[in-house]
Amino acid sequence: MTTTVRPIAPAALPATGPAPVRLPRHLLSAADLDRATAEHVLSTAERIEQAIAGREVRKLPTLRGRTVVNLFFEDSTRTRISFELAAKRLSADVITFSAKGSSVSKGESLKDTAWTLQAMGADAVVCRHSSSGAPHQLSAWVDGHVINAGDGTHEHPTQALLDAYTLRRHLGGLDGRRIVVVGDVLHSRVARSNVLLLSTLGAEVTLVAPPTLLPVGVQAWPVTVSYDLDAALVGADAVMMLRVQRERMSGAFFPTAREYSRSYGLDERRRALIAPHGIVLHPGPMNRGMEITPQVADGAGSVIVEQVANGVTVRMAVLYLLLSGEMSGGLA
Amino acid sequence: MVQPRPAQTGTNGPASPSAKPPLSDDRAGQPGNHRQPEILTEILGPADIARTIDRIAHQILERNGERPVVLLGIPTRGVYLARRLAERLSAFAGHPTPVGALDITLYRDDLRLHPPRALEETAIPAGGVDDAIVVLVDDVLYSGRTIRAALDALRDHGRPAVVQLAVLVDRGHRQLPIRADYVGKNIPTAFGDDVAVHLTEIDDIDSVELARAVPSSVPKGES
Repeated sequence: MTTTVRPIAPAALPATGPAPVRLPRHLLSAADLDRATAEHVLSTAERIEQAIAGREVRKLPTLRGRTVVNLFFEDSTRTRISFELAAKRLSADVITFSAKGSSVSKGESLKDTAWTLQAMGADAVVCRHSSSGAPHQLSAWVDGHVINAGDGTHEHPTQALLDAYTLRRHLGGLDGRRIVVVGDVLHSRVARSNVLLLSTLGAEVTLVAPPTLLPVGVQAWPVTVSYDLDAALVGADAVMMLRVQRERMSGAFFPTAREYSRSYGLDERRRALIAPHGIVLHPGPMNRGMEITPQVADGAGSVIVEQVANGVTVRMAVLYLLLSGEMSGGLA
Repeated sequence: MVQPRPAQTGTNGPASPSAKPPLSDDRAGQPGNHRQPEILTEILGPADIARTIDRIAHQILERNGERPVVLLGIPTRGVYLARRLAERLSAFAGHPTPVGALDITLYRDDLRLHPPRALEETAIPAGGVDDAIVVLVDDVLYSGRTIRAALDALRDHGRPAVVQLAVLVDRGHRQLPIRADYVGKNIPTAFGDDVAVHLTEIDDIDSVELARAVPSSVPKGES
């Protein structure tokens, strides 16, 4: 046996492993995530999936006694259910609050609603709102962590994370992968968050849309813009179709639905242009026959249903990473 | 075996007023977090570790006879120990022993107290754990909280017939009524001590070291 005295100079203190990666206090934008943080969220989701795979009890005790409020000022099916299920799988108490049937329909302001949540001690508030920036505003009024679940035409960061997770599972890494995002970019918060996150993760993003459905300033985004879908699709690793958001359209953005679908819809002929290993994504809800044909939506290489399942896992990872370690101090 | 004490540690127990607070979990015993000089004592070398694993494998066979066991390592180093143990068990028993990994991070009782931890691998062998004799394998048994979490996690994966615990080192200071069925080595320690287990799979060396802070009365070298 050997005994040694090891003097350690303060400067030479080695860290044990890499410094812990921490999420920002609120998840409001995909731009809040740098590459290391985004990858940490994705690998945490992978581990969570591993931990509950094939189990009869698909519940973890991780967030026992914590309260997650789902604050939905705008209609949603999969995001609301997905967050609710994610929080419940982590044993948190979940309160779902829809604007319909609440005091909001009596004219209560966002601020008063925030104060109500504050008084009830919500640890996390998942917020969807038709106004861009509402979750950001909310984050100034409540102590809990705010997660943006879609605000107006701005961002939807957890959708981008689940898309990145799905892409990573099928394509391995995202470095240098070519992802084509097609459709109503102008009104799409999914597109904004995805462009930010996928380019952070090293993917090459191409946007394809009619000029009327591209936002002002798109030249400054880290993307290539094209108006020719066929050319963009050739050899792509993945294609993400966006929903044409009729409810947000006040003017005429394209002559007819038929013409849109001819120029920018994904049918089987176009589906055959992408790489053999390529996959088809859609954030839902789909306008079948408009931006995507049913044959493609339900066909080989379509991961649209898997995206929904992955959404629960990724949101579990986000809730775990945001809500643990609160009492350790030094929150960034 | 007599625990050799370095000559410098004339006083026993937590060495100095500036000694770091007690470690709150079993796997904090990694080297490198010390803010003061320390005395390192090698407790087990490569040959000792190999012999210890052989012995535990024989004990598992002795205790469970022909009944098949499933080994589940607790990340990080417990997984490597479980794999080594499974390899020895398979050699001694003449048939393969299922081995897997069980991450317990999401079952910890101190998640609010620490920054979020990176999750580790979970891999339950194909046969599952229902009605099996499950042997949990970890490197250091300390407070017992990791094992408490592992028992909770295991319960969510199924209903084993028996759960046993094998550890390379038991350093005492339990905070829960938990004990190991198979112990490689008992090491008497003080609260301020660190027990560091190194395994070649990730540390390039096989060793178990006891790190004890140098008492403040001892000159601290030139630093």
